[in-house]
Amino acid sequence: MRVAPKPVQSFRDDFTYSNSDEAIERFPFPFVEDEYRYSVNIESHTPKGGTDSIYEHFIDIDEHYLSEMAERAIVLEENPRRCLSMGHMALAGWDFLERMMVSLSTDYPQYFSLRRDKDQWHWENTLLDIQQDFVFGDESTLPMSPLDYMGRQVQGDFALLDQRDNDLFMDAGMITCPADWSLAFDAGMSFSEWHGPVPMAHSAGIFDRALKYLTAIPIGSPARRLNWTLTVNARMDTSPEKYPDWGHERTTVTAENVAQKVYLRVELQIMDRMPRSNALLFVIRTYLISLEDIATNPEWAKRMHRAMKTLPQPLIDYKGLTRYHHLVVDYLAQFDR
Amino acid sequence: MSADKIQVKVTRIVDVAPKIKEFTLVGVNRTLPEFSPGSHVMVEMQGQEKTYRNAYSLLNDALDSSEYRIAVRLQDESRGGSVYMHQSVKEGDVLSVTPPMNLFAPLWHAKKHLIFAGGVGITPFMSYIPEFLRQGVNCELHYMFRGLQTGAYQEVLQQELKTTLFIYDADKEQRCDIKEVLKCQPLGTHVYICGPEKLVEGVEQAAIELGIPLSVIHSEAFAAPKPGTPFKVEIKSTGQVVQVGEQDTMLEALETAGLAIPNLCRAGVCGQCSCAVEQGDLDHRDNYLSDSEKSLGAMVMPCVSRANSERIILDI
Repeated sequence: MRVAPKPVQSFRDDFTYSNSDEAIERFPFPFVEDEYRYSVNIESHTPKGGTDSIYEHFIDIDEHYLSEMAERAIVLEENPRRCLSMGHMALAGWDFLERMMVSLSTDYPQYFSLRRDKDQWHWENTLLDIQQDFVFGDESTLPMSPLDYMGRQVQGDFALLDQRDNDLFMDAGMITCPADWSLAFDAGMSFSEWHGPVPMAHSAGIFDRALKYLTAIPIGSPARRLNWTLTVNARMDTSPEKYPDWGHERTTVTAENVAQKVYLRVELQIMDRMPRSNALLFVIRTYLISLEDIATNPEWAKRMHRAMKTLPQPLIDYKGLTRYHHLVVDYLAQFDR
Repeated sequence: MSADKIQVKVTRIVDVAPKIKEFTLVGVNRTLPEFSPGSHVMVEMQGQEKTYRNAYSLLNDALDSSEYRIAVRLQDESRGGSVYMHQSVKEGDVLSVTPPMNLFAPLWHAKKHLIFAGGVGITPFMSYIPEFLRQGVNCELHYMFRGLQTGAYQEVLQQELKTTLFIYDADKEQRCDIKEVLKCQPLGTHVYICGPEKLVEGVEQAAIELGIPLSVIHSEAFAAPKPGTPFKVEIKSTGQVVQVGEQDTMLEALETAGLAIPNLCRAGVCGQCSCAVEQGDLDHRDNYLSDSEKSLGAMVMPCVSRANSERIILDI
């Protein structure tokens, strides 16, 4: 990581969040074709793009680390049920902690370190000034559950999916920056149940194929895909639980402020088999960029204009863009002449 | 998605039953990946005439993955793999295995785990039991075998399970009354079966008769690929024709011909080796495709399935 974590910026109230030039350059721009098409777009989660690419490491730690961890702490303080784990997911929680501690200490030794002597572990996170001795597998030696403990130290939301009967179940997770979905609502649901509201894709058989693929992901072969939506203001926590805080903001977009107010919200989703529990870890690493910052790259602005213009109405509605989609298209049109 | 192979060294071979040998494997210059209870690895054996690939359950407690232990029964109708393991593999030999894969994990939310194991079908449960004991969850094992051939690990199971282990040696005329066992199980019990097809069918039949939903009955679907009439496979893109012999699987024949087909389980379960079919009458033997997909005939799992016609064309 060349870009060091910046001092804390806010994702609420005064919205001081901003992207540096480097962060804009490495932004995971999701539109690969001029016309918008639904696809599963899964690929192997192997490094690509070289040094400082967001795909360089298993988990991308970037300049927003401290801001996102501070935001997460606020959300969990407001509503502890953003971190849930059913009784049978305890082992998966340890899987998660191990995966994160091992990959972070390997990929970012300047910030994180892990010492292991059988089940006696020592963890250090210099960014958050954390040092912890604990016994792996013994929850009483950590200040909270392993999922809660480690989830507060890694950028991204996390769901741990139990795999049984050739299906996946939303049985544990820490979800503090969702794109309008609720862990507490989806808890215990099967793969097709929690995808129930998604339009168009069911009849295309996309979910059946995706489920077969996901249940077959082996240990050590993680996969990834990008997903996207738009968000008004640089707000991380667009959860149904907080809808009264942000729903109305969709009416505040105007032709004058659309470039500053509307953010492209991209999720780098990573799916990884947990070796001890056979659960599937689902990482949702969210990146936000304003339309104004997108426009610094003329190719992106042009392509995004075409993707937005061809976006089918059911998807405009599902993604919650109905009120201001036309303003986005109108703004981007100037880059596609 | 063919996962990277792992080189392992055989450090110990012991007889654990008249027809079952146990092999201990350690990583060559590397640590082995952790695994979850119920996992298996695919062992690749370099025979003189062909490469054998067989799936074997990992026997050891999943908490300790410093070594892998597998048990191999000498099959009466072996296609070569188990004979190779029994007769050719020696301590110190190097084999290659796939990373662990789990197609038979326990259901962690079960209130009680009821297990029926037949013969070498005990193997996937060897890694279940230590974790069940750690979690303090109720577990009962009914273990059926012919003592003159199989019946491995009775002592260690006895130490682990004590009063919840029930042993039936058919060579001593001991039989398990499956229906009686199923009859008195509490709600929230999940049932696991690994063993001969007859055992799986017997438990399922008893469950149906007792009104127990099949959604709580789980079986290890592994079946060794069975031989069949020879046939030819034509590759649409190249026109290459591959002969599949009576004892070969279609997947093995394609691999021998130099075609790399992604695969994981080689037992008709994982779906990774799925091939598009251009033409041909298929003999589907997998558990992956749905009945409607099978009757459509557009896809085939070459690891276990075969052709009814003399020639089929694959669109690969």
